[in-house]
Amino acid sequence: MLNKETIAAISTGMSNSGIGIVRISGDDAFQIIDRIYKGKKKLSEADSHTIHYGFIKDGGETVDEVLVSVMRAPRTFTGEDTVEINCHGGVYVVQRVLETVLKNGARPAEPGEFTKRAFLNGKMDLSQAEAVIDVITSKNEYALQSSVSQLRGSVKKKIETMRETLLYHTAFIETALDDPEHISVDGYGETLEKELIPIREELKKLIDSAGNGRIIKEGIQTVILGKPNAGKSSLLNVLSGRERAIVTEIEGTTRDVLEEQIHLNGLNLNMIDTAGIRQTEDVVEKIGVEKAREYAESADLIIYVADASRKLDENDREIVQIIAGKKVVVLLNKSDLEPVLTREELGIFLEDEFPVIEVSAKEEKGIRELEQQLKTMFLSGDLSFNDEVMITNMRQKSALQDAYMSLRKVQESIEDQMPEDFYSIDLMDAYEALGSITGETIGEDLVNEIFSKFCMGK
Amino acid sequence: MKYSVNSVWENKDQYDVAVVGAGHAGCEAALAAARLGFRTVLFTVSVDSIALMPCNPNIGGSSKGHLVREIDALGGEMGKVIDRTFIQSKMLNRSKGPAVHSLRAQADKSAYSRAMRQVLQEQENLDIRQMEVTDILTETNPESGKRTVTGLQTYSGAIYRCRAVVLCTGTYLRARCIYGDVSMQTGPNGLQAANYLTESLKSLGIEMNRFKTGTPARIDKRSVDFSKMEEQKGDEHVVPFSFTTDPDSVQIDQVSCWLTYTNETTHEIIRNNLDRSPLFSGMIEGTGPRYCPSIEDKVVKFSDKKRHQVFIEPEGIETNEMYVGGMSSSLPEDVQYAMYRSVPGLENAKIVRNAYAIEYDCIDARQLKSTLEFKEIDGLFSGGQFNGSSGYEEAAAQGLIAGINAARKLQEKEGIVIDRSQGYIGVLIDDLVTKESHEPYRMMTSRAEYRLLLRQDNADQRLTKIGYEIGLVSEERYEHLKEKEKMIAAEIERVNHVNIGTSEKVQKILEQHGSTALVSGTTLAELIRRPELSYEVLAEIDEERKVLPAEVIEQVNINIKYDGYIKRQQRQVEQFKKLENKKIPEEINYDEIQSLRIEAKQKLNAIRPASIGQASRISGVSPADVSVLLVYLGGKNRE
Repeated sequence: MLNKETIAAISTGMSNSGIGIVRISGDDAFQIIDRIYKGKKKLSEADSHTIHYGFIKDGGETVDEVLVSVMRAPRTFTGEDTVEINCHGGVYVVQRVLETVLKNGARPAEPGEFTKRAFLNGKMDLSQAEAVIDVITSKNEYALQSSVSQLRGSVKKKIETMRETLLYHTAFIETALDDPEHISVDGYGETLEKELIPIREELKKLIDSAGNGRIIKEGIQTVILGKPNAGKSSLLNVLSGRERAIVTEIEGTTRDVLEEQIHLNGLNLNMIDTAGIRQTEDVVEKIGVEKAREYAESADLIIYVADASRKLDENDREIVQIIAGKKVVVLLNKSDLEPVLTREELGIFLEDEFPVIEVSAKEEKGIRELEQQLKTMFLSGDLSFNDEVMITNMRQKSALQDAYMSLRKVQESIEDQMPEDFYSIDLMDAYEALGSITGETIGEDLVNEIFSKFCMGK
Repeated sequence: MKYSVNSVWENKDQYDVAVVGAGHAGCEAALAAARLGFRTVLFTVSVDSIALMPCNPNIGGSSKGHLVREIDALGGEMGKVIDRTFIQSKMLNRSKGPAVHSLRAQADKSAYSRAMRQVLQEQENLDIRQMEVTDILTETNPESGKRTVTGLQTYSGAIYRCRAVVLCTGTYLRARCIYGDVSMQTGPNGLQAANYLTESLKSLGIEMNRFKTGTPARIDKRSVDFSKMEEQKGDEHVVPFSFTTDPDSVQIDQVSCWLTYTNETTHEIIRNNLDRSPLFSGMIEGTGPRYCPSIEDKVVKFSDKKRHQVFIEPEGIETNEMYVGGMSSSLPEDVQYAMYRSVPGLENAKIVRNAYAIEYDCIDARQLKSTLEFKEIDGLFSGGQFNGSSGYEEAAAQGLIAGINAARKLQEKEGIVIDRSQGYIGVLIDDLVTKESHEPYRMMTSRAEYRLLLRQDNADQRLTKIGYEIGLVSEERYEHLKEKEKMIAAEIERVNHVNIGTSEKVQKILEQHGSTALVSGTTLAELIRRPELSYEVLAEIDEERKVLPAEVIEQVNINIKYDGYIKRQQRQVEQFKKLENKKIPEEINYDEIQSLRIEAKQKLNAIRPASIGQASRISGVSPADVSVLLVYLGGKNRE
């Protein structure tokens, strides 16, 4: 499973423009496309550098109407057999096409892997080596950051618990094999299978939910900034349609960072609500402020909520510094109240030419204008998000599937009455696959577990 | 006192290779070098301690049995000697898959030592010399600044010139044996320690570690009440270790081992005296292994266990000493008496030799190449416990490889590296030279990622060809292997194509073995894959079957039965080999590669891996670092 050498990924930046390309590269590229493509002819028999119209099918279901380019090695970007699927159905469909490809024998490309292969296969100039390395490192950095930090807390916990269980049982089996005169593992299959049933169920649930982005949070990373009590949380509540953040009149109530997935006009916003920016001595709140800065640093979009009912102050000045040079939409909130701060005053105050929209979170006014503004920015390409996040999600889903398949193999081995030593091979594969999601490698885990949990003889 | 200036002289006997230490590593190293035609001298502090087994009286065991078979397949000696001197033998894990079947023999310790000594004494090109080695002599190449071995010097002041040295000092370097508050500056069994060599090695820039291990007491057989213990017999049919041993020759009368248990009283005695353990007083500084804990460690760490197994094992036929397996200790003598005597059957036990812990100097093996040569010193090799491993078999395996590679260095041939997909020896050495270790390293089957391929039953198919090419395996033996492989391949091919119908005879055989009846025809191979069936039980319905040797039948059965799993691992090995074959040039400058993370740079600089594969196994080197390295090397290659 980790040996699958044919790789696939979405090779266009993700946008709602509608067209996306899924690229497959490697020895099995044609075999894979043959399995999922329905058109006039078999693509493995098609001439090189030709384009074909047809459909991508996942079993009986038609995923998308597509154009497929067939390119044989070595005259391709990577120097390997390459297939490119041009999809039309928008972000979601491109994702489904990629999933179908992965299901049929490819593995998700590692960050920068196409470029790496192109270089190693002599398709790129030597002078580009440094640039290639940069692509690999920057993409990896981003992937690592997004795969671990964007992993939902609850998912992470679940995966860790599963891994603990798998490791424990593998260690038990291995201890018995290494020290058979002290420990017996006879008939362990039954015990093990009982433990594995809930893990497989849990994995299945995670895999099923992966499509909804519940493994990691996808979308445009959006951070809401504003001084305390400017109405950030109320705004979030309006946008998300429910009471999520605690909204009070006391300054500094939203201490932690809140996150919410919001769909506006077909756009996926991953909203992060921060503690109000304010000079503070309160330690807990300070952490929140620090977090806010941090998030703002890596955000795709910042929504700055200014308070129309109060004068600009130190806090606003601080925010202006944070948002300088970034993609920002400014909201002048509380437009329902007597205005103390006007649109003009605010405009002069801001250092960049940011769009300013008057809203009232309380009366839900101006929300439509905000939606329109975001859509305009997105379609004009002003606003985009790094596709690596989505690919990461795919990689993780694929890892979950690998883990699931390995545990199914354990189940088969148990049913076939294979000797116990066969179980641990697949158990460790599952353990490794799950570790790739949480960013852990195996290292000496098994040996350490054997020594710490079980008493060996001599 | 070490030699004075007056006693320095040069021994003019011509030697190519010098081996320091005549334990299990040293014996294999010296034999390999001598057999490959090099004049070899083997130094030992005592000729009487050649191939000594100072701890347990066993050869083999889980995964260690694999090592012995691999040593044998390459042309080493350990398997042959134990086949002549064992007094009980078992195939462990027989009810498990073939990958974890493992031979374990009780050795007659003194017979084993004598037999090995005899082999050494009769070996052409090999001289044995009783003398402590105190200095390794080198010269420095003025251009590269790299050192090269030129010889060594002994405690007596004699200088021996040679072109390669293999260090196999075991547990003797600055050794100290300890129990309670008693500490002796000796090697195992009260033998003389080697107290000077460490300084010489340090002056060559070699970094030293200090490890600890331990052994239980030996007790007088006459004082043991065996009626309170369970008898443990050997296998009815014994399988030899060596592929060259006639199986009929090992069907001997065997002796028994005995099983008893510790109890709450034992544990109470230990707990009450923990403050008198040298581990607690800080007298022991070395790091002990987690896999063979002392009885006091077990009682403390696994406090919920009400009892621990104790194996009473004979140390030989002509001795009445019994080894108390499972109860190694460094508690004071009086506590040892009390705790041993609290065990059923040992109430009146008389101790012949005390249990003790031993501390010794060894190296961090990451200073070595995969050939077991020091990266920074040309011609200096090392093997065995000196490299931070534990166990006779691990030592012998490294000794063999170090000896072979010392010889190949002089032959100006590339060193032999067994990789992780070829043998446990490869796993052992790769782990030692790649991974950080804080305790003596023990072989374990879980350390081998391709263990379905690395079985003890096919060690000859994996390694004998290599042994033949090295020059340690005879033409005749190699021809025999080729013949065997031909027969295996032909029979597998045949069995895959034998069609089995639904005749009454077939259904009856299936029923006899509790197997479901056939609905339609199938192949013989498919039937063999059923867990309740095998190649052998289906003989009756396989009319064309010819008579084949047992060793061939075994291979056919395993290869067909586990075909799916074996193929899967073979595919994994293909991927593994790709990275393994991407060599990293020795002169690579990691500091020059901007995008490597700092941690990766440090680790790569320290270990200087030979291949991308080895680099990827270093902790602290991420997959992204490996990609960067690949691209960097790809660029370099094209320049």
